[in-house]
Amino acid sequence: MNYQFDWNLVLSGQYGQWIVDGLVTTLQISLVSIGFTMILGTIIAVMRMSKFKPFEWFSFAFVEFFRNTPLLIQIFFWYFGSYSILPDSVNTWLYDHDFEFAAGVISLTFYTAAFIAEEIRAGINSIPKNQLEASRATGLSFMQAYRFVILPQAFRIIIPPLISQSLNLIKNSSLVMTIGVMDLTYMARQVESYSFHGFEAFTVATLIYLTISLIVSFSINMYNKHYLIQIKY
Amino acid sequence: MQWDVVWNNFDYFLWGAFPNGPLGGLAVSIILAVLGIFGAFWIGLAAGLMRLSRNKLVKLTAVFYIEVIRGIPLLMLIFWFYFLVPIMFGSPLPEFHCALIAFIVFTGAYIAEIVKAGVTALPSGQMEAARGSGLSHYQAMRFVILPQALRNMIPSFVNQFVSLTKDTSLAYIIGVNELTRTATQVNNRTLSAPTEIFIAIAVLYFIVCYVLTYTSRRMEKHLARYQARDR
Repeated sequence: MNYQFDWNLVLSGQYGQWIVDGLVTTLQISLVSIGFTMILGTIIAVMRMSKFKPFEWFSFAFVEFFRNTPLLIQIFFWYFGSYSILPDSVNTWLYDHDFEFAAGVISLTFYTAAFIAEEIRAGINSIPKNQLEASRATGLSFMQAYRFVILPQAFRIIIPPLISQSLNLIKNSSLVMTIGVMDLTYMARQVESYSFHGFEAFTVATLIYLTISLIVSFSINMYNKHYLIQIKY
Repeated sequence: MQWDVVWNNFDYFLWGAFPNGPLGGLAVSIILAVLGIFGAFWIGLAAGLMRLSRNKLVKLTAVFYIEVIRGIPLLMLIFWFYFLVPIMFGSPLPEFHCALIAFIVFTGAYIAEIVKAGVTALPSGQMEAARGSGLSHYQAMRFVILPQALRNMIPSFVNQFVSLTKDTSLAYIIGVNELTRTATQVNNRTLSAPTEIFIAIAVLYFIVCYVLTYTSRRMEKHLARYQARDR
């Protein structure tokens, strides 16, 4: 094996700057997508649990379709195929702004929202029905029962899976390199092709992803230990 | 809408240029997924049992493997095998093998977690009773714990298989001629109907994955009736 390691090359100068830029882009696209995902996921979950049938069917179809197709295909769909579906004004606006970034955010949001909707629904369903009945019997209205009894308990259960889905989103965001968003993976790849020092570039990128993952899973464990009071029924 | 672009290339999406050329399209995706889950099962079973071992070193090795693999994106792992195997061994692997090894190593870590959860979910009385009736630890694992645990894990395995089927689309990035790649090829050649092509491909993946998801849900309901429980 005749390969000269040159860690300095990747850690400083222009290549180092690329890696940092990539990390910033990865964090940006992830945080924006996580924000939208939480909103969309909650809407879908609420629709799924509503008594109004068309809402229920729509959210069922949404969840099943976006969970059972690969993220990469969804990215390609929004990037290459959305222009004939969206109105012209939206297209012009998107092309004037960062279209790759927008397509990445849209696909990550829709994909992860489908998973998050199911987690939220499962969390609310895991609160026994008699909790609702008991709070209604003590004189709370339906809204009050949800607001003060069901949701506070459900949130405790939902938060850990929501965090781990957000972590999945951060890892999945590496796929947006295929449409040219210059994220961490894209930059590692670029350093590889400019310098032929792929080993160092991929090691650094891998360690960055790993650090993010370990921090997040560590915080989930801490949360579970300290705040998740196991309720026995 | 120009759906004729999709219909004209439909057989190419399904099995590539076969029989006049190499197999491709959905057929290769499914082959990758099936071989991948088969390899990942054995690695995952070994790592999952090592994770439960009382030997610190064995346990730490398994924890290291599981946490590292689960902490990085699959795409990163594929690049590791694609760019770094040539550096380390001097000669590049064919893309198909590269992708397959990455899928096996990646999915193995997730299966290991399923195996660990499945074994710990069994009531501890099962192990105690098996040991009490004179079986060794290994025999108890082999004949009492694993047959029950593995059966309870089948739905999770199917879900993992669904994930892997979706993940095979990443093999596109290093140039394996599977379904996603055939789609981008046709898209680059025709340039007129990207919306139709990617909707069609999404539907093809959806059919495969949804049938599997549906089966796993049915199995889960069916298996729930036969589980050993604590009393």
